[in-house]
Amino acid sequence: MKHHSSSGKPYISDPAASSRLTLIAVSLVILWPMLELAQFQPWLLLNPENIEVLGNFLVQFIPPNTEADFLRIVLVATIETLAMATAGIALAILIAVPLGLTISHSLSISRIGPGSNYLFSKFVRFIARFLMLFLRGIPEIVWALLLVRIFGLGPTAGVLAIAITYGGMLSKVYSEILESGNTLPARALLVSGSGRLAAFFYGLLPSTAQELASYTVYRWECAVRASVVAGFVGAGGLGQLMDQSMKMLNGGEVSTILVVFFILVLLADNISLLIRKQLE
Amino acid sequence: MSTLTDLKMARQFCLKCLVVFFIIICLTVWSFAYLGLNPIRFFSFYADSNIAPFIARFFSPDLSTPYLLKIGSGILETLSISAIATLLASIISIGLALPTAGRFGPTAKSMTRFLCNFLRSVPELVWAAIIVLAVGLGPFAGTLALTLHTAGVLGRLFGETLENHPTANNTALINSGAGRVAAFLYGTLPGIYPQLLSYSLYRWEMNIRMATILGFVGAGGLGQMLFYELALLREPKASTVIITMLFLVMVVDAISNKLRAAQLHSMG
Repeated sequence: MKHHSSSGKPYISDPAASSRLTLIAVSLVILWPMLELAQFQPWLLLNPENIEVLGNFLVQFIPPNTEADFLRIVLVATIETLAMATAGIALAILIAVPLGLTISHSLSISRIGPGSNYLFSKFVRFIARFLMLFLRGIPEIVWALLLVRIFGLGPTAGVLAIAITYGGMLSKVYSEILESGNTLPARALLVSGSGRLAAFFYGLLPSTAQELASYTVYRWECAVRASVVAGFVGAGGLGQLMDQSMKMLNGGEVSTILVVFFILVLLADNISLLIRKQLE
Repeated sequence: MSTLTDLKMARQFCLKCLVVFFIIICLTVWSFAYLGLNPIRFFSFYADSNIAPFIARFFSPDLSTPYLLKIGSGILETLSISAIATLLASIISIGLALPTAGRFGPTAKSMTRFLCNFLRSVPELVWAAIIVLAVGLGPFAGTLALTLHTAGVLGRLFGETLENHPTANNTALINSGAGRVAAFLYGTLPGIYPQLLSYSLYRWEMNIRMATILGFVGAGGLGQMLFYELALLREPKASTVIITMLFLVMVVDAISNKLRAAQLHSMG
């Protein structure tokens, strides 16, 4: 930054210049091998062949394909995607409720005092935690890819992939919600000798039901998006359709599907918001 | 530990909730019916078919040294893709943040807002599939795909940060004769810089996760290795890749939890 002092002589007025320059130099040294590893070759973008392929593809985006036959296929795929997300979340709840209840500290009898089978419950809790980590640690699309090999192409693999990943995710959040609220009623019940399930139903559920439901609905919204993505490896729904159209370089179809995808995500957002409002 | 004073009345019976609940149950049952899924059938399917050997092959991961070295370079590739994409995206996003925050007038504001929303609404995997056409298979496609999506997300977040930041310093510099660029660099940037950095690191974390799976459409990294091994029916090798992915996600999770805890700690 050049300024002119009162004597009219220009001078550089950046007090932080040297440290900033060092920072840039050091980052470039670190960045260089990374750029090599990522095969960072921007000039590929200017390769005339590539431009032609992409250009021909993108030109077809407008106008989107609006043939009645194709729209019908897209509609069926969209409903399939919504059904996949709903069924997936329903199965995920079946996985998450027992796991979450097992993990949650606020239902732990062994934390109140040394019980008879303290080590056993500690072991069960460890296994449950490991299972939860394993289920949600592997991305849903990897599960989908594996399950497609078992169940074949189609929505079954997608539903199960969502059930597995979101089961792990929900169980973590369920256990956290159960721990974050008022845990005194549950503890009082446990101390006076009630079973864990009774303590959950009468001590924890009344005060946390709304939050649990609200979070589950939010996850359904995410599952809609996830089931589109899972479709890319052949797990049915809108994603599978988009993958097929892309492989055939049919730009018009891809742009129709993209538009439908945007509308679907917007719709899911609003449905989830509506339900969560009702719960308040 | 909550005290008795913040005890809330538990929810009472409400008809509306029951109706909503009933509708949801109906739609869920309909979903299973529509997809032709019978949860009970999964188990019989499990017993009938010969998938047990398929799953069993995953329990003997390939741990030979040459393959582990290959996995190592896969991890480095994944990390490089995510790091470069995040860096590029944050640089682009600083450029996008100025118009998004309304510094160049309302027209530019709504236009860049639309651009950001568009960039982030298209899933990374779709960007990757399109960009593979433009630059061919390989990690560069993954890098560009992540860059585009992340630029949309960060552009919006950066813009909001900039909008909420007080303009006093900036105005003071401009009033004392600094140029607009200098005023931004020295009056505004130092104030919002920590927030931008924390957003970028958060996105980097997500991008590492994303970079592991972008390979499914041919965009490099561990995902491409997994796709390839599964296509060649080499389950032991695929199993190694999956374990690596799990490991990578867990390490990133642990580091980010530690950092977050440290940050919360330093903030008091």
